[in-house]
Amino acid sequence: MLKINNLHAKLEDEDKQILKGVTLEVPAGEVHAIMGPNGSGKSTTSYVLSGRDGYEVTEGSATLNGQDLLEMEPEERAAAGLFLAFQYPVEIPGVGNMTFLRTAANAQRKARGEDELSAGEFLKLVREKAKTLNIDAEMLKRPVNVGFSGGEKKRNEILQMALLEPKMCVLDETDSGLDVDAMRLVADGVNALRSPDRAFLVITHYQRLLDHIQPDVVHIMADGRIVKTGGPDLALEVEKNGYADILAEVG
Amino acid sequence: MSEAAVKTRAAEADALTQRLDALTLPEAGFTAAARADALARLRAMGLPHPRDEYWRFTDPRPFNAPLPQPIPLEETSPDSPLFTDRDRLVLVFVDGRFDAAASSDLALDGAEIDILSQAETRADHWAGALYGKLEAAGQTPVPRPFAALNTAVAADGVLIRVTGKPAKPVHIIHRRASAEADVSWHHLIRLEPGAELTLLETGMVGARSNGVTEVDLAPGARLNRIAAKRAGHQKLGFSGIFARVDAEAAFKNFELSVNGTLMRHEAVVEFVGDDAVAHVAAAVLGDGRTGPFHHDDTVFVTHGAERCESRQVFKKVLKNGAVGVFQGKILVKPGAQKTDGYQISQALLLDDDSQFLGKPELEIYADDVQCSHGSTTGAIDETALFYLRSRGVPKSRAIVLMILSFLADALAEVEDESLREDIAERLDAWLTRHA
Repeated sequence: MLKINNLHAKLEDEDKQILKGVTLEVPAGEVHAIMGPNGSGKSTTSYVLSGRDGYEVTEGSATLNGQDLLEMEPEERAAAGLFLAFQYPVEIPGVGNMTFLRTAANAQRKARGEDELSAGEFLKLVREKAKTLNIDAEMLKRPVNVGFSGGEKKRNEILQMALLEPKMCVLDETDSGLDVDAMRLVADGVNALRSPDRAFLVITHYQRLLDHIQPDVVHIMADGRIVKTGGPDLALEVEKNGYADILAEVG
Repeated sequence: MSEAAVKTRAAEADALTQRLDALTLPEAGFTAAARADALARLRAMGLPHPRDEYWRFTDPRPFNAPLPQPIPLEETSPDSPLFTDRDRLVLVFVDGRFDAAASSDLALDGAEIDILSQAETRADHWAGALYGKLEAAGQTPVPRPFAALNTAVAADGVLIRVTGKPAKPVHIIHRRASAEADVSWHHLIRLEPGAELTLLETGMVGARSNGVTEVDLAPGARLNRIAAKRAGHQKLGFSGIFARVDAEAAFKNFELSVNGTLMRHEAVVEFVGDDAVAHVAAAVLGDGRTGPFHHDDTVFVTHGAERCESRQVFKKVLKNGAVGVFQGKILVKPGAQKTDGYQISQALLLDDDSQFLGKPELEIYADDVQCSHGSTTGAIDETALFYLRSRGVPKSRAIVLMILSFLADALAEVEDESLREDIAERLDAWLTRHA
């Protein structure tokens, strides 16, 4: 599904190289986690994959089902099936959550040559998905993320994911700012979306999110590279001993 | 005075004389004395000049020409007309003259509606005591020459006296019939105690226009005024609204402005009774690509009573060299305790060529008041733009959504939801065309 090969990237305005050769493959149906210390390039990986301005890819490739992601605009990547759940979902006053969700869903359908959903069809779909995610219908009427609690913002991200039905979901520190109950709710939402034709890349500092979203593969990232890859046990090892041991081991 | 300064003054006096000579004064009835007084005041104050404190950001000289440059009539409008899908009393003005055939019957339960040009000669008309009065009062402390000019020469307008709560809004529509029309209108809106009215004003204004609306709200009255006049391109326009707000009355004014070479909107509001409310708001969109754009909102709110609430909410979206100006003042007179005054003026600059000039002013002579202002100039938030795009929203649409988000606070000043939606649609259509 997602193939990242020798990806190098730097900030556009500075000469500082952040990604120094990330290589990673996430097959359909699997959940991969990326863990790593602050500044290792985890969030940058998610931004470069989703096409955020301000980064320059200097080497390497990233493809989604064979399509070159790096050549596409962010909205084209979304239509191709990529979804980034933000660490800090953005507040957009004055734009209703419902308007936003419908605009996004229909823009993607249009880009894929599918029929757009009518307001009625969409409302029905949103209500159904919101219910399974325990999202209050009132929240849908409010402007995008405005006045939402940390937990509500993250649940809104998962609701978007459920509506847009992406193939490849990248979750950027979805656990940050969440209490245990909120984290469980978000994890339940993600788990409900797991399917053989969908893959996940879960970026996190801590192992605890991975208690709720069981990964198939865990990657450790340091200094802009994947330095170690293993099974779920690798996350437990990090939790127990910190990153220092692993970093020392890989030099 | 230097020789050069003497010459400049002489040239200005000349310009005033030429302008006044070019005017045709209407046949006046009950407005005769007010018109003569306004003309005398205008002669005394002269036409404005960039030297004047409140004209530093907007060069008034294009307004001062004896006659406007003809502007070809618009062939078609890209937008469907506003507010048409509801029951309204429609008053149509063509080049500033009332068109009875195109208008509704003037009868409206709870209101008395007359047309200035028709009512002028009637004896004992209520409007006789009001015409030009609020405009004249609004000349202190800041002179407003174009408003005085309007009072002197306005050819027509509506006179609305509301005693009840009419079931439908009054909708004034402007149309053009000639390329060179120098259009002026003067409306008087008087709401008796406890009366309520929604007043809509839309349509295409002339090559040069000058509109003044005097609003007199008795205790407990409520006026919602929503203006969305179309300037089209190349036009010059001045408008002034002068409101006197008595105890427990509420005045809500919202203006939508798009396009126009040189537009100056003045709003002068005075609280004369306690516990009253006045909100003046505007959404302004300018794109220099389709012609020069300069839009100036100049607001003066005087708190002359206790516990009144005033809000100024002005939002401007500017691109391709468009210029926006906001001059907003809150004056709190001695004794106007517990005043709650607030103003916010914000500009969203869509490129590096556009410009916003803001001058917020507070002048406070009472010690127990709450007054604040904010003014910001910024670009579209790149993080939010990326957020929308990452969900599949194309960049051009994402920008439109971000601009609508920016304008939301101003639009929220329109209380009626369906009117608000109409305006939002118009904004959306303009923004999409100018994306």
